[in-house]
Amino acid sequence: MANHTHVQNPKVDVQYRRKKNAEEMKHQIVSFTLMIFLTLIAFFAVGYEGFSAWFSVPFILLLAVVQVIFQLYYFMHMSHKGHELPALFLYGGALVAFVTIWAFLTIVWI
Amino acid sequence: MHVEEKLTAETFPAEPEKATLEGKNKFLGFWFFLGGETVLFASLFATYLALKDSVAGGPSAKELFQMPIVFLATMLLLTSSLTSVYAMHHMRNFDFKKMQLWLGITVFLGAAFLALEIYEFTEYVHEGFKFSTSAFSSAFYTLVGTHGGHVAFGLLWILTLMIRNAKRGLNLYNAPKFYVASLYWHFIDVVWVFIFTVVYLMGMVG
Repeated sequence: MANHTHVQNPKVDVQYRRKKNAEEMKHQIVSFTLMIFLTLIAFFAVGYEGFSAWFSVPFILLLAVVQVIFQLYYFMHMSHKGHELPALFLYGGALVAFVTIWAFLTIVWI
Repeated sequence: MHVEEKLTAETFPAEPEKATLEGKNKFLGFWFFLGGETVLFASLFATYLALKDSVAGGPSAKELFQMPIVFLATMLLLTSSLTSVYAMHHMRNFDFKKMQLWLGITVFLGAAFLALEIYEFTEYVHEGFKFSTSAFSSAFYTLVGTHGGHVAFGLLWILTLMIRNAKRGLNLYNAPKFYVASLYWHFIDVVWVFIFTVVYLMGMVG
């Protein structure tokens, strides 16, 4: 919280913060571009006949994981300070998710 | 800082969503909820993956899924994620009107996504792919339908916030509400990334 620092000259502080916000927005647009790019590659990999399922399935899963990392760390600001507990909650959920999917894939055979 | 304080662009804090104790609590509580949502969707994904080949004589994933409609839906939802980032960008700059505008665009894109999904489901039903057709169909409709329900809920949530606060403007009381709603919207997109990959793309691969 930068609130207590801009008592003396709030206008200067606002300009600085606007600049920082604008810079962050640039990073957001870069990550959005990358996400669109990863999506295009995933759709292309599935549409292209030359790739076998053995290659394209792990490949598109990897692309999905990378895209979700962009979404979490940039769009949802997990790269910012003060996100230790959110990270704990989310990775806790992800761990249970992984175990659940693993369990279902190994015990269901119908 | 006090919740009901009248603020200007100069006095508005850099992280308005976490400037009050209520905001901090909302922020933490909401992430805890997202951890729970992850587990909910994990159980639905696990069920789907376990049952996706049990077609019981009905249509299979490969026969059913069409790439153009999935691609369009993905682009709509992905773009709506960016527009809600823009909304939060303007919130931090204390620009209420621009925030409302970008939230409006987000809602519009989300509604288009939902309309596309409803169209897709009705097409499937016409092709004889109903909820009770097979284990695959039940798992598919439950997983994708639960996600669609989240989209519908998110749309109503953001719209309610926009309308309720239209005349109030931005303050430290509603900034955490807008922020948390945008987190929810991003999370919906996170789930969709796995749906288009695991359900649709892997279904089309066979």
